[in-house]
Amino acid sequence: MTDIKKLDGKVPAGKLQDKWDQHRFNMKLVNPANKRKYKVIVVGTGLAGASAAATLSELGYDVSTFCIQDSPRRAHSIAAQGGVNAAKNYPNDGDSIWRLFYDTIKGGDYRAREANVYRLAQVANNIIDQCAAQGVPFAREYGGTLSNRSFGGAQVSRTFYARGQTGQQLLLGAYSALMKEVGKGKVKSYTRREMVELVVVDGKARGIITRNVVTGEYEKFSADAVLLCTGGYGNTYFLSSNAMASNGSAAWKAYKKGAMFANPCYTQIHPTCIPQHGDFQSKLTLMSESLRNDGRVWVPKDKNETRKANDIPEEERDYYLEEKYPSFGNLVPRDVAARNAKQQADMGKGVGSTKVAVYLDFADAIKREGIETIKARYGNLFDMYERITDENPYEVPMRIFPAVHYTMGGLWVDYNLMTTVPGCFALGEANFSDHGANRLGASALMQGLADGYFVIPYTLGNYLASEGLINSDVEETAPEFDEALKTSKERFDKLLAINGTKSVDSFHRELGVVMWDYVGMARTAEGLSTAIDKIKAIRADFWKNVKVTGTNDGVNIELEKANRVADFLELGELMARDALKREESCGGHFRDEYQTEENEAKREDDKFCHVAAWEYTGDEKEPIRNIEELNFENVALTQRSYK
Amino acid sequence: MSSDNLLTLNLKIWRQANNKEKGEIVDYTIDGISPDASFLEMLDVLNEKLIAEGNDPVAFDHDCREGICGMCSLMINGQAHGPEAETTTCQLHMRKFQNGETIVVEPFRARAFPVLKDLMIDRTAFDDIIASGGFVNVNTGNAQDANAILVPKENAELAMDAASCIGCGACVASCKNASAMLFVSAKVSQLALLPQGKLEAEERVKNMVSKMDELGFGNCTNEAECEASCPKGISISNIARMNRDFLSAAVKSKD
Repeated sequence: MTDIKKLDGKVPAGKLQDKWDQHRFNMKLVNPANKRKYKVIVVGTGLAGASAAATLSELGYDVSTFCIQDSPRRAHSIAAQGGVNAAKNYPNDGDSIWRLFYDTIKGGDYRAREANVYRLAQVANNIIDQCAAQGVPFAREYGGTLSNRSFGGAQVSRTFYARGQTGQQLLLGAYSALMKEVGKGKVKSYTRREMVELVVVDGKARGIITRNVVTGEYEKFSADAVLLCTGGYGNTYFLSSNAMASNGSAAWKAYKKGAMFANPCYTQIHPTCIPQHGDFQSKLTLMSESLRNDGRVWVPKDKNETRKANDIPEEERDYYLEEKYPSFGNLVPRDVAARNAKQQADMGKGVGSTKVAVYLDFADAIKREGIETIKARYGNLFDMYERITDENPYEVPMRIFPAVHYTMGGLWVDYNLMTTVPGCFALGEANFSDHGANRLGASALMQGLADGYFVIPYTLGNYLASEGLINSDVEETAPEFDEALKTSKERFDKLLAINGTKSVDSFHRELGVVMWDYVGMARTAEGLSTAIDKIKAIRADFWKNVKVTGTNDGVNIELEKANRVADFLELGELMARDALKREESCGGHFRDEYQTEENEAKREDDKFCHVAAWEYTGDEKEPIRNIEELNFENVALTQRSYK
Repeated sequence: MSSDNLLTLNLKIWRQANNKEKGEIVDYTIDGISPDASFLEMLDVLNEKLIAEGNDPVAFDHDCREGICGMCSLMINGQAHGPEAETTTCQLHMRKFQNGETIVVEPFRARAFPVLKDLMIDRTAFDDIIASGGFVNVNTGNAQDANAILVPKENAELAMDAASCIGCGACVASCKNASAMLFVSAKVSQLALLPQGKLEAEERVKNMVSKMDELGFGNCTNEAECEASCPKGISISNIARMNRDFLSAAVKSKD
C-alpha cells in the first residue's frame, strides 16, 4: 500500500459562501472570438449533457453531442418523476441556501464535498428561473405563482414539479435549448452512437471513438475537451429503475484511461418501487417518492397475517416509519426508508404473495383530501401502478419494495468537474461529487442541470484558456485515434467470436443476483468477499461461453449488450471491493457490522471521512484505492437523526 | 397476481434486414408467457428463444419501459401501441391478450420514418421539426425570477397536457396521411399557451409547419385517429389551436 495518492479536490480558498463567486472571478476566460475554435464533445444528452451542450454552444463553442438512443430527448433523465429542489423559499417556510446545503450534506451522511454542495444549493435557484423561462410547465397556484411540495429528508417544501413528470419536462426544456442550437447549425447531434473508447493524446483527453449502432461503423472524433454526461451504473444489478440502455461503459472506458472511479459502492436503493413479480422481468418501475407525502407505509403487526389489506383493522397495523421517526415520519430519507422496509420483510412481516413488499396506503389521504385531489397529484402514477399490477391503488394499498435506482458514486472530479484525465470532465450522475453516500429526492435533476447550465460553462473555459490548446489541434489521423479504434474493434470482434452457449442477458441476470444479494441493502465483509469471487467466476465464464448472434455490420443489439455487460462484470467487482474496504456504514452503504443499537448506519469518521478514488492498474489486476480527505469546516458531523 | 394461466401465442412479426432490403411477415409460436409480463418482455422471451436457436433476434426500439421516453413503438394488430387506451407498448401487459391469440406486430410506417431493421424506425424527422422552432429563444443566464412570470393555473395545466407528448410517433403511424399535426400542435400549443412562448408564437408555428411539410409528413383531414392512438391522451384541440395561430400568422405575415 505504498502508492496511495491523496487527491486534491481543488476547492477554492475563502468563506464557503464566497468560494464560487471568487473562483468565477479568478478563472481565466476564453475570448468570445476564440470560443468557436474549440471543439467540445458531449457524450450523453440527459439533463447534464443537453444543458451543457446547449449552454456551451450559446457561448460560442463548437459542440458535438452523442447519444445511443434515436433522439437526444430519450435520455433516462426523462423518467424522473417527483421534482427538482431549490431554495427559493416561495412558501415562506424557513428555507434558505444554507438550509438546502445543510440538508443535502446531512442527507448524504457527511460524505460529500462541502464546497460542491454549497455551490449546488447556490445555483439551484437559477435553474428554476432558467427552466421557467424556457416554457417548462411547472405546477402553479391559482394566483399564477409556482407551486412547491415536500420531499424526503427535508422539513420545508422546496420541490418544484410538473405533475409526476418533472424529469420529462426539464429534459424537454434542455432538449429544446439544445435543438435550438442544432437548428442554428451550431451543435452537431449524433444519435444512435455509442462511445466505445476515450482517446488520450499527450496525457489529455482529445476525442472519442464511437460505434454507430445502425451501421456498425467505428468513427473517430477529435476535440479539445470531452464531457461525459453518461449517467449512472445502476444496471450493474440487472434489475433496477434505470432504462434498458443505461450503462456504465463510457465511464468505465475513461477509468481504464486513467480517470479514477470514486465511491463505487455508494448506490441508492429507492424505497418505493413496484415489487418484482416474475423471472421474465426486465426492469423495475419506480413509484415517485412524492407519494410519501400522502401515502402511509405499513405492514401487519402479525407476521402470520393472511387477511387482505383493507380487512386488517387499524390497531393491527404497524406504521413503522411514523412510529420510529415521529418528526419525519413517512418522509425520512430514501436510505432509511429502504432499510426499514427490508427489516420488516426480513422479520417476515412483508406483504403480498412473495412477502417481499410493504404497503403504501392512500386511504387516509383520500378520506381527508378527496379522491379528485389525490388524482390531480398522482393520477399518472396510480394509472401506471394499475397497468403493471392490475390492482387499483385508489381502492387497495400499493405494494412497494426497495429497488436499485441511482448511483452516488462515479468518476472522481475536482471542484471544476474535471476527472483525473485532464480535459475529460464528468457531469451529472456520471460524477460522484454532490450527494455523498445518499442522494435526497429531487436532487438529481438539480445536480444534472447545475453542472450543465451553471458550472461547466465557467470551468471548461478556464481549462481551455489555461492549457493553451488554442493552436494545438489534434487531427483524427493521429496514431492514438487509430490505436483506440483498433482496440475497440478487436473487442467487439472477440465478443462475436466466442460463440458460446449462454445469452448475454443470462450473464447479466446472474451478475444481478450476486450484486443484490451481497452488494445490496445490507453488506458484510464475508458476503462482499464471496461476491468478488463469484463475479470473477461469472466474468471468466462470460468470456468463454457467451453467445452473441449476428455480425458487426448493421444493427446488432446483442453485440451492444455484450459490450456493456462485459463492463458491468468488471464494475460490479469494483463496487464490491469498495464496499469491502469501507469498514463503516454511511447513507446507502450499510455494513451489518457497523450499526447503532437502533440499527441505524454507524459512520467511522476517524477512519473513513474520505472519498475512495480507485485507480485502474490493468485487467485482472487489483486496483489502487487512493483517497481525497473530506474537510468539514461549516457543519458538525453528527449521527443523522430523523426521529 | 395470476401466474398459473400461461399464454401460448401466434406471432406474425415484420422482419426486415435493413433499410435497403425488402421485409416480410414471419410466423413464430411462443408459449409459457405470463399474463403479468409486458408486451416487450414477451418479445424478450421470444428473442432469448431465437438466440438459443442461433437465429437473429427481433430488433425493436425500447428504453425506459415506464411509458415516458417515447422510444418504444409497434403497430400491434393494426393499432399503434396496441389495444389499450393511453398506454405505450412497454406498459401494455399480456393479460390484455387471450390464450392462443394471433398477434400481428409491425413497425410504425410513414415516409418520414424509414425502417432501420425489423421493428426499429428512424424518427430523426421529429428532432428536425423541433429544431425548426420548438423552443423559446432564451439563452442560459437570461432568465428573470421564475415568479416574475405569472401563468394562470388553467393555462399551465393546458400547457402541461400538451407538453406530455413523448414524441413516439403513434399519431403519425395511425394517420392515413401520416400527418404529424398532433405532434407539432402539441409543442406549438404548449408554448403559445405560456407567456414565455408568446413573443415568438407566429414565427414558431410558421417554421414548424413548413418543416413538417418539407420532411414528407402528410396533411390533416380531421380523422382524429391520432388522438385515439396517443398514449398520452394529447387532444386534437391542440390542432385547432395551432390552425388558428397558423392562420393568424399567415394573415399577418410580412413576406
